[in-house]
Amino acid sequence: MKKFLAALIAILALCAGLAYGSDQLTKSTGDTGNKVLNLYNWGDYIDPSLLTKFQKETGYHVNVETFDSNEAMYTKIKQGGTSYDLTVPSEYMVEKMKADHMLIPLDKSRLVGMNHYGHSFLNKSFDPHNKYSIPYFWGTLGIIYNDQYVKPGSLEHWNQLWSKKYRNDIMMIDSARDILGFSLISMGQSVNTTNSAELIRAKDKLNRLSPNVKAVGADEIKMYMAEGEAPVAVDWSGEASEMMSQNSHLHYVVPTEGSNMWFDNLVIPKTAKHFKAIYAFLNFMNQPKNAAQNAEYIGYSTPNMSAFKLLPKATQDDKQFYPTQNLIDRLQVYSNLSPQKVQEYNDLYLEFKMHH
Amino acid sequence: MNDKASRTGKIYITIVFLLLYIPIVYLILYSFSKGTTMTNFQGFSLKHYGELFNDKRMLAIFLNTILIALLSSVCSTIIGTMGALAVHNAKRRHERETLLSLNSILLVSPDVIIGASFLIFFTALKLPLGFWSVLLSHIAFEIPIVLLLVLPRLDEMSPSMTNAAMDLGASPAQTLSKIILPYIQPGIIAGFFMAITYSLDDFAVTFFVTGNGFTTLSVEIYSRARQGISLEINALAGIMFIFSLILVGVYYWIETRNTATTGKKSIVEVGDR
Amino acid sequence: MKRNYRGLFFTPYVLWLAMFVIAPVALIIYYSFFNIHHHFTFANYQEFFSSGTYLTMTANSVLYAFLITLFAILISYPMALVISKLKHRDLWILLVILPTWINLLLKAYAFIGLLSHDGLVNDLFQFFGIPAQHMLFTDASFILVAAYIQIPFMILPIYNSLTDISDSYIRASRDLGATKWQTLTKVIIPMTMPGIKSGIQIVFIPSLSLFMLSRLIGGNKVITLGTAVEEHFLTTMNWGMGSTIGVVLIISMVIVMLLTNTKRKRRRTS
Repeated sequence: MKKFLAALIAILALCAGLAYGSDQLTKSTGDTGNKVLNLYNWGDYIDPSLLTKFQKETGYHVNVETFDSNEAMYTKIKQGGTSYDLTVPSEYMVEKMKADHMLIPLDKSRLVGMNHYGHSFLNKSFDPHNKYSIPYFWGTLGIIYNDQYVKPGSLEHWNQLWSKKYRNDIMMIDSARDILGFSLISMGQSVNTTNSAELIRAKDKLNRLSPNVKAVGADEIKMYMAEGEAPVAVDWSGEASEMMSQNSHLHYVVPTEGSNMWFDNLVIPKTAKHFKAIYAFLNFMNQPKNAAQNAEYIGYSTPNMSAFKLLPKATQDDKQFYPTQNLIDRLQVYSNLSPQKVQEYNDLYLEFKMHH
Repeated sequence: MNDKASRTGKIYITIVFLLLYIPIVYLILYSFSKGTTMTNFQGFSLKHYGELFNDKRMLAIFLNTILIALLSSVCSTIIGTMGALAVHNAKRRHERETLLSLNSILLVSPDVIIGASFLIFFTALKLPLGFWSVLLSHIAFEIPIVLLLVLPRLDEMSPSMTNAAMDLGASPAQTLSKIILPYIQPGIIAGFFMAITYSLDDFAVTFFVTGNGFTTLSVEIYSRARQGISLEINALAGIMFIFSLILVGVYYWIETRNTATTGKKSIVEVGDR
Repeated sequence: MKRNYRGLFFTPYVLWLAMFVIAPVALIIYYSFFNIHHHFTFANYQEFFSSGTYLTMTANSVLYAFLITLFAILISYPMALVISKLKHRDLWILLVILPTWINLLLKAYAFIGLLSHDGLVNDLFQFFGIPAQHMLFTDASFILVAAYIQIPFMILPIYNSLTDISDSYIRASRDLGATKWQTLTKVIIPMTMPGIKSGIQIVFIPSLSLFMLSRLIGGNKVITLGTAVEEHFLTTMNWGMGSTIGVVLIISMVIVMLLTNTKRKRRRTS
């Protein structure tokens, strides 16, 4: 019995030591304390050196936690127990979070530099007068291919993905609305359709794509494409730009028949606590120099027009990342759907993934 | 069964052993590579270990993982041993059988089911997901294995031992601490170490019930492996391998020091899950 | 002591049983009757059993689990047999156990490197003049990696039941003129059936629900019941459907247990 007690005490002491150690480590990375900002962001979606710069300028330490889909982020915040100060939903999710009273309106009097944003990125239908959101990045969904396996210029339409040529070749982003979305576009439908018959047809068409699908994934697509593991991928523009910087054989195309155009936005969720830090950060990110640096690092397109002018000429002229008005007119933006419809999209998408 | 294994047999097991160990050796070998991928080895370097030890987040997760493992194993060993005493003392046969089959539910359930049902359970209780939910889950799924390792020792013990103690005037508490616990000690130790391995090895359950920034190594490795190859994970594998060797070593040391009598079989049963 | 102390031992354990065994199982069954709007419904079961997708997936899942188990047995049985005949068999069996102490995720991760386009396996192929193959994200590699992970868990129970066989049976069989093969098929294998059965239990049920492997190695095309549960719980937030699949999994688990447990029970009561 004594031996047991001794062992018990030893183990508990060890546990206390471990808890203390891990607490110290977390503290030293700045996860606690007062001069902090808790940013809940997409994976790899801000230049880390900007965070250091922000801390130097303002003294606020930014803790970044990451998510990999709008839905996962929504669930996490809705579930409670978190204390995120800022998060980055896409347009349809801003609408949903707004409707569910999960956002705090922006105090415009504390914001500086809103005039840098292009008019086409402000006052959008998902958030009139930008009551809740500031645009962060925008981009498109498109096709990336490796010119060692695919003849340049030969892959420009969604429908070509169904070709027997690409058997077991395609990697796809794990996102219900994007995947069903391109199938809908390929059939000339709206990405926001609520017509169940159309959706089922889109899913059936995807089922026929199944033999060509090598894998469905998220961040890992970048590595596999850069290493030539797969010749074709369907992914977002910024992911594409990152792969292209690692492998010069890769190219990005936005199919001419149209695609999705999305806007990610900084918003303040109801869980926010550090308001001084929040506005310091928002104003910091509004500065053209910082926004440009971030855009160069991430590779997505910036809505900050003053920042855009600071980007290298080659980037400014890149039609795949800053498409012409002509193409933009053919791009579709997701709108928020009712929970039933979201469920329907999710279920159909899952059925496609189960199709074997 | 004492006849010698045939030559083909020996060749066969050599091949299987090679297959069993190649992935592990490969993993650890590349942790010493200068390069950044697991494809071509580019000269010896310890830089990935350096990165690992400078990665404070990773170190904090490592400590958390061990903390969860130790704490949950202590709790589950205590409750599991009590459970074994309860089952052992069950008066009716069907009571024992019922307890035992309830006990085995968590042992045979797929991890996904345990994780999903615990997630529902914690959400229903409005318990925030994080350290405590992970700790409780680990305690919960470790209890049955502790019970199964302690119970056989209890059943082996002849009732005359406890009766004799009682006859000599020992109080129940004395009987428990002086007679029963020392006798079942090997089972308790085996249970404790098995609980640690269960905890360290768990991924699915933790994946479901964790949240608010709390992660264990398995979950962290999963999210990093999804980003692709990073030789820092290989370095971590190297550390974990040494850690498991130490754990096995400590277990053996306690085992051989304490009980020359229990024989060698228990470790085999410990590994048998 | 029994009377005074039973309650004391009983309470924490029974509390645990109630809270972490009975309550979660009850909750999962309860949730399976609700849709996303929290209305009571049988629709989830209807959907599961009427939509071809779920049924094919279940069939696929069972098929994969069956193949994984089969490969594991085919490799493990001879392995256990040979080890049980070796001189330092305890040492060898320890070597079998050792890999199980390494985190599952790390082993899966190793295979990402091994099976990649420029990985070791393709290097070997090229050495033998076979062109490089795309092996990641194929069903074959999913089964292979799953079997790899399960092999030690299959070897152990078989080994344990092999070492339980008394030598006299083998000698008797030889003395009665049985060939080696006959001894194996007529004496050894039947006598190790309990070991094989518990091996199947240990391997088959988890194989129905390996979701991380299907994500990392199988390319995230949903192929097991486990992946579907994970998707429904953590991505689509359709807990009702997830629970329904969970209930199906629990039922198939019970079936497997009943199929493989008969012998054991008889032995215990005898």
